[in-house]
Amino acid sequence: MSGGHSTYTPKTGIERWIDARMPLPRLMYDSFVAYPVPRNLNYAYTFGGILSIMLIAQILTGVVLAMHYTPHITMAFQSVEKIMRDVNSGWLLRYMHSNGASFFFIAVYIHIFRGLFYGSYKAPRELLWILGCIIYLLMMATGFMGYVLPWGQMSFWGATVITGFFTAIPLVGEWIQQLLLGGYAVDNPTLNRFFALHYLLPFMIAGVVVLHVWALHVTGQTNPTGIEVKSKTDTVAFTPYATIKDAFAMVLFLLAFSYFIFYIPNYLGHPDNYIIANPLKTPAHIVPEWYFLPFYAILRAITFNIGPIDSKLGGVLAMFGAIAVLFFVPWLDTSKVRSAVYRPWFKLFFWLFAANAIFLGWLGSRPAEGSYVVMAQLATLYYFAFFLVIMPLLGLIETPRRLPNSITEAVLEKNKAGGAAMPAGATAAPDHKG
Amino acid sequence: MKKFIGGLVVVGLALSGTVGLAPAAEEGHNAAEPTHFPILKPREESWSFAGPFGTYDKAQLQRGLKVYKEVCSACHSMDLVAFRTLEHLGYSEEQVKAFAAEYTVQDGPNADGEMFDRPGIPSDHFPSPFPNVEAAAAANAGAAPPDMSLLAKARGVERGFPRFIFDIFTQYAEAGPDYIHSLLTGYDEQPPEGMQIPEGTHFNPYFIAGKSLAMAKPLSDDQVTYDDGAPQTVDQYARDVSAFLMWAAEPHMEERKRMGFRVMVFLVIFAGLVYATKRRVWSAVAH
Repeated sequence: MSGGHSTYTPKTGIERWIDARMPLPRLMYDSFVAYPVPRNLNYAYTFGGILSIMLIAQILTGVVLAMHYTPHITMAFQSVEKIMRDVNSGWLLRYMHSNGASFFFIAVYIHIFRGLFYGSYKAPRELLWILGCIIYLLMMATGFMGYVLPWGQMSFWGATVITGFFTAIPLVGEWIQQLLLGGYAVDNPTLNRFFALHYLLPFMIAGVVVLHVWALHVTGQTNPTGIEVKSKTDTVAFTPYATIKDAFAMVLFLLAFSYFIFYIPNYLGHPDNYIIANPLKTPAHIVPEWYFLPFYAILRAITFNIGPIDSKLGGVLAMFGAIAVLFFVPWLDTSKVRSAVYRPWFKLFFWLFAANAIFLGWLGSRPAEGSYVVMAQLATLYYFAFFLVIMPLLGLIETPRRLPNSITEAVLEKNKAGGAAMPAGATAAPDHKG
Repeated sequence: MKKFIGGLVVVGLALSGTVGLAPAAEEGHNAAEPTHFPILKPREESWSFAGPFGTYDKAQLQRGLKVYKEVCSACHSMDLVAFRTLEHLGYSEEQVKAFAAEYTVQDGPNADGEMFDRPGIPSDHFPSPFPNVEAAAAANAGAAPPDMSLLAKARGVERGFPRFIFDIFTQYAEAGPDYIHSLLTGYDEQPPEGMQIPEGTHFNPYFIAGKSLAMAKPLSDDQVTYDDGAPQTVDQYARDVSAFLMWAAEPHMEERKRMGFRVMVFLVIFAGLVYATKRRVWSAVAH
């Protein structure tokens, strides 16, 4: 995987000519054909490919939508409706793009949870993980700004609330907020700069994705056992093995995506965003897009002052902290064993964390009143405790299960347990198990 | 992977347990002074356009248009809908031209710099009953009647757990028309004893934003004459205009669902082929 020994051999004269001048075909061949991947990757590992397809789909639909969209407060809402009604297949493009954002986040959340479960962030993949966190941050900024563009009620009030967070920062807060808004309130300058940034950020994401994939190809992929690749029998070639498996997962993902686009395209949106923005009329409940809800719940959970920090700043710090803590995960986890498969206690706490994250998301959609606040506080406590207490301590006190010596051994053991007779010593040799 | 899926199932079960406690968190309902609206959830009606193969009932849309034109349009604009699109309702080009010509549209300025009135043409949109929002608000006790172009997508009463999960599988996307129908037929309900209704507003337990709204009961039996024999009742009017508003908000819905079916069939077959290929490719490797 690292090494740098290329197995590419140009066959025709043209290929040799190009290879001597700019070996792009060689790079492609080494990265996406010959690149060795662990043979035991399961479907949880297919979301990287799915995410790249989603990024491409979002950029393509987005560029065409931008040809028909008008970033002005008196015309934005109408131009989106023009796309929905009069542009050829405009409704399809717009529903693909709006649901595409949601499915992009569904995929990225599964991808992140897969990384947490199998310890993909551990040395030597810290930078790979951090680049992923940066992509996630850029995605959040892009998603938020994109939601403002249709200039509906939730666009306007979501933007008002979220940019309002920055005023909690002492000294520079107001200045940052005014810089974001281009004024004192969400208005035409805000819409213009959000449109410009919404068009820019996906290309920055694409850039960081290149770095993410580069880092991945240096260290190689992890796998469900968490054991590093030790010999050639531990791996298979990217093409056709990973390619076809990724392709199958992609088609299934597209099936779910299409179901939403064609049958329930507004399920993940908010009805209020079909009402044109009105700065004089506040919606009863301002809620962000579903993919921000866990963080929204954390923000609103801090209802008390902590020493000199008032509850507003506390909430904002907790919310940003909830994302910032992800960057430190490689050093917070002290375990020597990578994969949760061999860590019975970590596995339990991990699934509690996953359930807790979904629970926080649900709480984020509730009004911040009554027992919801208490529940959000407890859930927030567990969110942070998982990273700051459980991860460091568990690595020191947990007794992991016995690790297999190699990926190949793990595969053979599993197949034996599954009842498939394996000829002794057969590794990459053909066998009848699919 | 089995463990990963097993874990997901456990998480799901655990969550449904926790979230089940949620209603306890809602404030107790006080009949006289409720704090959460609407007081009553919209009734779920059966719509011809629901489900994966749903289509609009053209006769119903035509009746709905008549109700809109004769009743709603006195106060409610429908800015985003052009007359030309009424051909979707089964009207001929000539009929649409004649329909548009019944409206007076302000145009201009002309060569002399004057604004002038002319009969509507198919490319015009429905003209607004008021010159601007301020005028609309002033004429309606301060509450401008909402534009109706997107009303059927702009209203949705929260479904609550676990119904919002089931909605994915039942493809429930008719919250808007259900709401409009319930609201229009909900005026005859009596307020609970002790409830104070602010003057100039009208009690309706289905209203999404309070116990009463500025709009008075707009429909009564036999108000609009139907020439296709459909019953001339408030319920039927409400049903028809709700369907019409769904069309106004989502004119390409039939095309969307038709295309959706072809896309789903293609993807299912494609998934089968890719899976067969995947099996074959991996058959030589234990994994």
